[in-house]
Amino acid sequence: MNFQHDIVIVGAGLAGLRAAVECVEEVDVAVVSKVLPTRSHSGAAQGGIAASIGNEEEDCWEWHMFDTVKGSDYLADQDAVEIMVRDASRVIYELEHMGVPFSRNGAGKIAQRNFGGHTQDYGKRPVKRACHASDRTGRVVLDTLFDQCLRKNVKFYQEQYVLSLVCEEGKCMGVVTYDLSSGELNLIAARAVLLATGGCGKIYKTTSNGFASTGDGFGMAYQSGIPLQDMEFIQIHPTGLYPLGILVSEAARGEGGILRNKTGEQFMERYAPTVKDLAPRDIVSRSILTEVREGRGFDGDYVHLDLTHLGEERIMEKLWEITSFVRIYLGIDPVKDPIPVQPTIHYIMGGIPTDSEGRVLIDDKGTVAQGLYAAGECACVSVHGGNRLGCNSLLDLLVFGRRSGIAMKQYIPESGSSTISYESLKMVQAKIDGLLDHSGKEKIDDIRRRMQSLMMDHCSVFRNEEGLKKGLEETRSLKERYRDINIENKGTSYNYELMEAVELGHQLELAEVILLSALTRKESRGAHFRDDFPERDDTNYLKHTLVFRTPGEPDVRYKPVKITRFKPQPRKY
Amino acid sequence: MLLKFKIFRYDPKKDEKPYYQTYDIQANPVDRILDCLNRIRWEQDTTLSFRRSCGHGVCGSDGMRINGTSALACQKLVKDFKENEEILIEPLQVFRVVKDLVVDQEPFFEKYNSVKPYLISNSPPPDKERLQSIEEHQIFDDAIRCILCACCTASCPITQAEETETYIGPAALVRAFRYLFDSRDEGAEERISLLDNKDGAWGCQTKWWCTKVCPKEIPVTRQIARIKKRIIESKKGKQ
Repeated sequence: MNFQHDIVIVGAGLAGLRAAVECVEEVDVAVVSKVLPTRSHSGAAQGGIAASIGNEEEDCWEWHMFDTVKGSDYLADQDAVEIMVRDASRVIYELEHMGVPFSRNGAGKIAQRNFGGHTQDYGKRPVKRACHASDRTGRVVLDTLFDQCLRKNVKFYQEQYVLSLVCEEGKCMGVVTYDLSSGELNLIAARAVLLATGGCGKIYKTTSNGFASTGDGFGMAYQSGIPLQDMEFIQIHPTGLYPLGILVSEAARGEGGILRNKTGEQFMERYAPTVKDLAPRDIVSRSILTEVREGRGFDGDYVHLDLTHLGEERIMEKLWEITSFVRIYLGIDPVKDPIPVQPTIHYIMGGIPTDSEGRVLIDDKGTVAQGLYAAGECACVSVHGGNRLGCNSLLDLLVFGRRSGIAMKQYIPESGSSTISYESLKMVQAKIDGLLDHSGKEKIDDIRRRMQSLMMDHCSVFRNEEGLKKGLEETRSLKERYRDINIENKGTSYNYELMEAVELGHQLELAEVILLSALTRKESRGAHFRDDFPERDDTNYLKHTLVFRTPGEPDVRYKPVKITRFKPQPRKY
Repeated sequence: MLLKFKIFRYDPKKDEKPYYQTYDIQANPVDRILDCLNRIRWEQDTTLSFRRSCGHGVCGSDGMRINGTSALACQKLVKDFKENEEILIEPLQVFRVVKDLVVDQEPFFEKYNSVKPYLISNSPPPDKERLQSIEEHQIFDDAIRCILCACCTASCPITQAEETETYIGPAALVRAFRYLFDSRDEGAEERISLLDNKDGAWGCQTKWWCTKVCPKEIPVTRQIARIKKRIIESKKGKQ
């Protein structure tokens, strides 16, 4: 089937829905998602949204900006960070006006709490900056934006998996989708396409990410000739529920929770004397694994997150969801006993390079891809640089989702008329038929498991040349094996095996890009830590990585970082 | 430990009628039932279809009937079943089966949409946030835990009965409650007129199944009762 809209948004998480809400009254917009509405992974965000609205303590956007830049280990582009933090208060009040049920303080205002790396007066002491709705902030914002979409009659193509971007005459002109319910392909023509497809945590074995976080947007952009930026910067959240990797929000420490090793020691005091347990995530994850490496972890390589001193009332009011997870999955009551936690793959700072209006950039000179936009986790503006602070991701989605919406609306009248051809549809159909007709000997599940393990082993918290090279070699051999996969399910209704086969193709490409980016960056910065190069090297590596796809090995290039207000300093907490 | 799964299978495109298929699987006690289903699909039968996304009870994708009761497969653990026990897995009731455990949730979202699930406010918003006390927020705090998994609506004997299938069901009413009792909302009158009929709040016959199955422990039945009370109060106020 063929459809036509002014704007097609791929992904129904917060970035996509915020963009849709921005556009729908003026242009014809449609949202395509491979899952049903409200199932997108933004809903799993727990802790809050950072904004210097100062409801609890004195705060200002300059401090928020400093914290974000320092948190990024000076790799964030400071012009983009300034846009984001200055817009934060507006974002919060707008959400409140839409109906988001924020938790409240005694004065009836939006409640704020501490979060890692957020400080007062340029690093002097922690500040309460995280606006939240208990520990289900992402879910209630997602619900509220979905409700706004219903109210404004946004068109949804649900359970449609986007297989390819349609790029003709140097412009992005639409997408080809696979309808999970019918097994048919659709061509959706559009003047502008927004990729808001989220992250790629499922490349790894232990992750807080859902099954849908397979990096499809990165993969499609990369295949269309768009470079991927700073992909070596993978955020590993310090507190995944052991052993499952389910997120235990940083809000637990924001409310006063303490990490303890097996001797009961509050070990973060040694690693970050000023902010302690409220250090940024990269530092806390390294500290936990250092404790484990030095024999102070519990058997099974985990530490304890202790909430027992907070009291039941506060825990149930502010940390209901994580308490429920711990009770269900481990049979432990966090009111009475500490929670076993270990670091879990959580977020990717890198992604599809964009400017601050969401326009996708195709090279190191800032050339814009006509008609193609990206926002949210799949985009790299870059506001997070080498390490994202907690509560800055929802802010990123909402600020740059909206800005992309505004930019697309403005682009529509000037986009010119062009007619989409059916070539792309035919090519994608041939590829799908090829996948289904090919009787290979490799199982998707085997290759995926191997990829997830090797990424865990070689490209997690601590990295080195030997491991990265080994990982890269093995990933390339998995890519070879992938060419001979067998899809047993030939059905046309909810054929998840076929969808996962396409997802795996993206995942393997991304694994290669991540490993190669990490191998090439011979320094330690933010979440990228090299045992063989343990120091930050501003002389050689204060720059963004860009990886381009070529017929042979990917091509690694660099582009400069934008530094405006804050010159790089040593990063101590 | 060895578990036996007996799973409902049906592809309306090729099967004349539904049937059950059994699978044996070795599982760890800490595994979720969802992990078992994933492994069955990945390792034994790639044609099995079911929805899932977050895997920890937040997205609401994997509602299904496990041994006859609606639940999220990601919230049920292997250790709570016995070795060799046969675990019966079926799609949610009420909804049309599209493929195996995948049901058509379109009618669910239509009913949800019918309650005007958004804040109604005619007065211009202030420059900053609207004020709301902690106590005012607490009135509807339980209701915002709803993840739209549809377990309650699928378990409700009223939505199940053909003669009352137009009843909007508990999930839509929880969302109606959430806005009706939000101190910032100014749409009480239109909400009450939407809910004051046999397909609205009065459709509920207090069977408690919604409360019993809710994976987020929302006191659904009590919230519906509070809506009914609110309707009566508003009528008294008008007399």
